Amino acid sequence: MTAELIVPAPAGSAPAGRAGRRHKPATPWRLLPVVPAIVLLLIFLAGPVVWSFYGSFTNASLTGVNAQNPAWIGFDNYLRLFSDPVFPLSLGLTVVFVLASAIIGQNFLGLGIALLMNRAHRFVAGVVGTCVVAAWVLPEIVAAFVAYAYFSQDGTLNQLLNALGMTGPNWLYSFPMLAIVLANVWRGTAFSMMVYRAALNDVPIEITEAAMIDGAGGAKRLFLITIPMIRSSITTNLMLITLQTLSVFTLVWVMTAGGPGNQSTILPVMAFQEAFRFSDIGYGTAIATVMLLIGAVFSIVYIRALRPSKG
Amino acid sequence: MRVTILPAVTPVSTRLAASVASPNKAVSALLANGILVLIALCFLLPLAWLVLASIDERASYQTQLPTALSLENFRAVLTPDLTFRPLWNSFLLSAGASVVTVVTSILAAYPLSRYSTRFNKPFMYSILFGTCLPITAIMVPVYSLFVRLQLIDSMGATILFMAATSLPMAIWMTKNFMDSVPIGLEEAAWVDGASAMTALRRIVVPLMRPGLGVVFIFVFIQAWGNFFVPFILLLSPSKQPAAVSIYSFFGQFGAIAYGQLAAFSMLYSVPVILLYALVSRGMGASFSMSGAIKG
Repeated sequence: MTAELIVPAPAGSAPAGRAGRRHKPATPWRLLPVVPAIVLLLIFLAGPVVWSFYGSFTNASLTGVNAQNPAWIGFDNYLRLFSDPVFPLSLGLTVVFVLASAIIGQNFLGLGIALLMNRAHRFVAGVVGTCVVAAWVLPEIVAAFVAYAYFSQDGTLNQLLNALGMTGPNWLYSFPMLAIVLANVWRGTAFSMMVYRAALNDVPIEITEAAMIDGAGGAKRLFLITIPMIRSSITTNLMLITLQTLSVFTLVWVMTAGGPGNQSTILPVMAFQEAFRFSDIGYGTAIATVMLLIGAVFSIVYIRALRPSKG
Repeated sequence: MRVTILPAVTPVSTRLAASVASPNKAVSALLANGILVLIALCFLLPLAWLVLASIDERASYQTQLPTALSLENFRAVLTPDLTFRPLWNSFLLSAGASVVTVVTSILAAYPLSRYSTRFNKPFMYSILFGTCLPITAIMVPVYSLFVRLQLIDSMGATILFMAATSLPMAIWMTKNFMDSVPIGLEEAAWVDGASAMTALRRIVVPLMRPGLGVVFIFVFIQAWGNFFVPFILLLSPSKQPAAVSIYSFFGQFGAIAYGQLAAFSMLYSVPVILLYALVSRGMGASFSMSGAIKG
């Protein structure tokens, strides 16, 4: 379960505490209780990030001489990375994976389900919610095995196609990216659905009613009222699912392990393979650093996007 | 709650609105129900294999009705090496990470919630930035850092790492929960001479127990399901949690034992499903959402 249900969201999340609340004047020792958290974060989160930048300039390897005493090799790893034919492929596959499975798949399906739930019978909405969430609550390795079984040569999907008189391809070999994208939509849609369900609940019913009485049709109400009113939730959701999808590894590793060839080698898989299969920790770390930078850009855009609504 | 409400239970104004749009209404509700049921089926379909294979002695990757109902698969995997020790390791890792996370977040959230300093804002923004970090990206550098510090294959270090990765989110949630505990009660305690830490322990923490429960369970579920972190950081089979043991056992030797794989997956998934049900039913999903969404 990589996803967090909780969204650090826009609405007035003033970090300094609420206006009008009385605060005791702060003295430095009062901040003492924050120290354990800072120590943990520095050692285990900031540490690896700094180490990642440092390690990407060395020829550290998994075993042998270079494992204990890696040498400083400057930008060699990056030069190699940018001339490696797998890198642009991998970067492209990652973009496709994020766009297709998160931005398009999870986001629109999640929004669609949340909107439909508002029209559907309460009981149906509850049952559907549970089914969608079930895929999301499962441990990631179990979800990955299940997806593997579903898309394999004689798996459930092809059995269904057979029943309809069609012969399905071997999805994991012929269309590995499609299988992975669908599997990630299956696994991750619950998050978007929950975010949008919470957002739609906050749209005041009076406004939709007023529009209805004024004769606005369903589509008009959706695009002119509902969507603009949940805009900040949409931004939040898009950023979070993008970041979550950028760090999907297990699903891809179990389903195709990046193959066949390199046809589904997204960046996390490439970093893992270079580091642990080809024993080149330094090179793997350079790939990790590139991923970190991509993640950081998204995070900054996201935090910026939240700022104006702080009021 | 819902934007459209069934006519039978609606107040006058909604009934009026409903009747304005009523010719389409019944049709659209029917359509919505139909589409939703279809979507639910699509989401359930892949899970059918898991359930059916787990009770089928001759299971394969095909979904098929078992010829005979059998608990043989469960019996086969219920051995100390295969199930009990990995599950116990999973429990140690998850419980350890959750306890460390919750205690550290309470301590950190208290000054952030109660005192305003110049330090608060940059700290909360760094925290928010931390929640966004793609953890998968840093696993290779984490591995080489752990090798350097000789922390590889250490349960303790793995617990601390998992705690650190969930800390940003946990601090964010805990602070928001704590902001909603009125400060008046503590002020009374301060006047009576209690220290800030006593007030925190005796007054604030008991009042925010449900919120802390949510934080604890979310960290626990996340750690329980985590595959990549222990896969990289724990090497000896005796320390590996269920996520890793299931992968190495079935990935390497078990290409035939699909039924056992499914049975083990079920055993491994049940605890988190129960915990999730506890959070969403017992405490209300909207409650846990609001804890983090509203500042």
